[in-house]
Amino acid sequence: MAKEQKVHMQHKKLSNGIAYAVLILISIFWLLPFVCLVLQSFRSYILEPGGMVNYLLPKTFSLDSYKFLFSEDCKFFRWYGNTLIIATFVTIFQTIFILSVSYALSRMRFKGRELLMRLWLILGMFPGFLTMICLYFLLKQFGLTQEGAVPGLILIGFASSGMGYYVCKGYFDTIPKSLDEAARIDGANRAQIFTIMLIPLSKPIIIYTALVAFMAPWCDYVFASYVAFGYTDSYNVAVAMQRWVWTNDYQGYFTRFCAGGLLVAIPITILFMCLQKYYVEGVTGGAVKG
Amino acid sequence: MSKDKQSSGAAGKISGFFKWLGSDLADIGTTFTQGDWKTKVSFVIMGFGPLMRGQFLRGAAFLLLEIAFLYYMIAFGAGYLVDFGTLGTQSRGFNPDGTVSYGDNSFLILLYSLLSIILILIFLYVWRLNVRQNKIGEAILKQGKTLPSVKQDFMSLLDKNFDKTLLALPMLGVFLFIMLPIIFMICVAFTNYDANHQAPSQLFTWVGFENFKNLFSFGSTGFGATFLNVLVWTLVWAFFATFLNYFLGMAVAILINKKGIKYKKLWRTILVMTIAVPQFVSLLYVCKLFAADGLVNSYLIRWGLIRTAIPFWENAVLAKIMVIVINLWVGIPYVMLICTGLLMNIPEDLYESAKIDGANPIQMFVKITLPYMLFVTGPFLLTQFTGNLNNFNVIYLLTQGKPQSMNLTGGAGYTDLLVTWLYKMTLNQTDYKMAAVIGIMVFLVTAVVSLVVYNILPSVRDEEGFQ
Repeated sequence: MAKEQKVHMQHKKLSNGIAYAVLILISIFWLLPFVCLVLQSFRSYILEPGGMVNYLLPKTFSLDSYKFLFSEDCKFFRWYGNTLIIATFVTIFQTIFILSVSYALSRMRFKGRELLMRLWLILGMFPGFLTMICLYFLLKQFGLTQEGAVPGLILIGFASSGMGYYVCKGYFDTIPKSLDEAARIDGANRAQIFTIMLIPLSKPIIIYTALVAFMAPWCDYVFASYVAFGYTDSYNVAVAMQRWVWTNDYQGYFTRFCAGGLLVAIPITILFMCLQKYYVEGVTGGAVKG
Repeated sequence: MSKDKQSSGAAGKISGFFKWLGSDLADIGTTFTQGDWKTKVSFVIMGFGPLMRGQFLRGAAFLLLEIAFLYYMIAFGAGYLVDFGTLGTQSRGFNPDGTVSYGDNSFLILLYSLLSIILILIFLYVWRLNVRQNKIGEAILKQGKTLPSVKQDFMSLLDKNFDKTLLALPMLGVFLFIMLPIIFMICVAFTNYDANHQAPSQLFTWVGFENFKNLFSFGSTGFGATFLNVLVWTLVWAFFATFLNYFLGMAVAILINKKGIKYKKLWRTILVMTIAVPQFVSLLYVCKLFAADGLVNSYLIRWGLIRTAIPFWENAVLAKIMVIVINLWVGIPYVMLICTGLLMNIPEDLYESAKIDGANPIQMFVKITLPYMLFVTGPFLLTQFTGNLNNFNVIYLLTQGKPQSMNLTGGAGYTDLLVTWLYKMTLNQTDYKMAAVIGIMVFLVTAVVSLVVYNILPSVRDEEGFQ
């Protein structure tokens, strides 16, 4: 009996050992690119080549790439600011839009509700870039391209965001309707139920919605490059730094890309890690309910 | 048999529509003949009846809408609508006296004609509402009751009609930023709008199904071969990107959830890094990592494992494998996050009793875990699949669709998905007509996949099925 238990224990130890080995291997794969990114950002583009080199560790540790980003000749912080402004406004408006739509579709039954949902579902199946030419023209009419690209991109960012109501509506659906009815008996109207009762109850999903809205503009390349075309003051970080990698790669902008990328990634990553709990809740709920 | 049912269903819908239309028209008629003079005036001057009956908010809204609509149509819309059939006849040129004559702008004609048509439809609907309002107003007064006051009307926007308040702006946004542009582009698919027919200096016009024929023609100039190539790769990519991520992500989740594994949070946090870091940073960096002069190749050469650089991005097959593998790096953490929570929902005693029955871990996975997970995450798999069909970022940031080839037309490369091809077609080739056609194809593929999966998935069809 004791021997059997011992074998069992050994077996367990072995399988845990394998599991740890696999996990460590996975961790290396997942972290290695980031480690390389950080290391290369500390290579000086003055003393060593600033482009692609065939070694990882910089020969001398230097902050030249960062100094460049902070210097006058680089508009990095202008681009950073643009992206931050876009992300902030998109977050505010998109969250309001999604909450409004979700409440209306979850709690109210009105004529054309099914039709609206079906229409938006169908519209969602068209690729977003299809709208690009037309939107560019519309924005141009109002001076919201090139110089005015930042407000233009904010508008593009949130205007159609009502269509992304699925996760939030799914969450609202799980809040019992009896709460609404109780509030109505107490004389509250729907606007009050929405703002005073439902919104405080939906904190996790609001944070999820806001987080997703905030992260998207940092990656927006397609519309940002099209709307701001050729006007460097209106670029966001993604568009601007893309150019360093693709067009100026061999003139040595690679280390500067690494440094800039790191400066973009750090705050976003910290924010995400802090709100990770809500993110998981949101995606899991969304995945199960579809 | 089921086909019969369907067709009779469709016929029933059509006859139902006409029945509804007939009764609606009849209702409009009786409202007019039996209504008082205020109602009759309202047929021409919208909102007149409500205004006269003291419902100022409603009356003013109707009246303002009518004025705005008429102003738009007379000052603007009608002029464009006239040219809708030809999209303009006068191209830009010079007058006899040497000045530039601007001529017609096909782009504006198409856009504003569509806007006018949609506004006319909306106006008809509002007009019908106006008629109904008059009828209801009259009926209430006849019963000796009072009509809702302006204040009551206003308050109802926060209560009974709160949906209208909430949905007004989001609907306007979707209309202007999604629906109108999409309808516009669907129309463009039936024109010859491209680099040689650029508005405003040149005209473009309707060409019927010419572009669709071009897409399916397999000659030397046709898009057929390229389209087929890109379509097949899009489907293959979406399949691998979805299912490989799904199963490997689930495996990682199970591994971390395993009893006796410590620092669960640490492992998860490490994986989640790839979701948190903006993709344009991480993917562009990884792309350069595998470049011909990138770190991976340089170190492999230095260690003497290879002589010449591996053409990760230059060889079509290798590039395809690379994007799928790197997508694992992006996608596994996402699946892992979702599965972690769901795996804990599976009742522990199911595993206990299976263990007593002598099941090994693999049997338990196949018999208990997998069916449960497949059932619960069915909708997720569907959205992942359609999302991957349109996964622009991963492909474009890694390869930009390259490697390019002379064998492919329309600027397509071997790793191009339909969407990245569409993007290039719009931006680099300014071949708007074919971009529009491809857009419609993307829609068709997505719609067909969604419909098929929707009919297979148990969890979508039957919400209570799995107990």
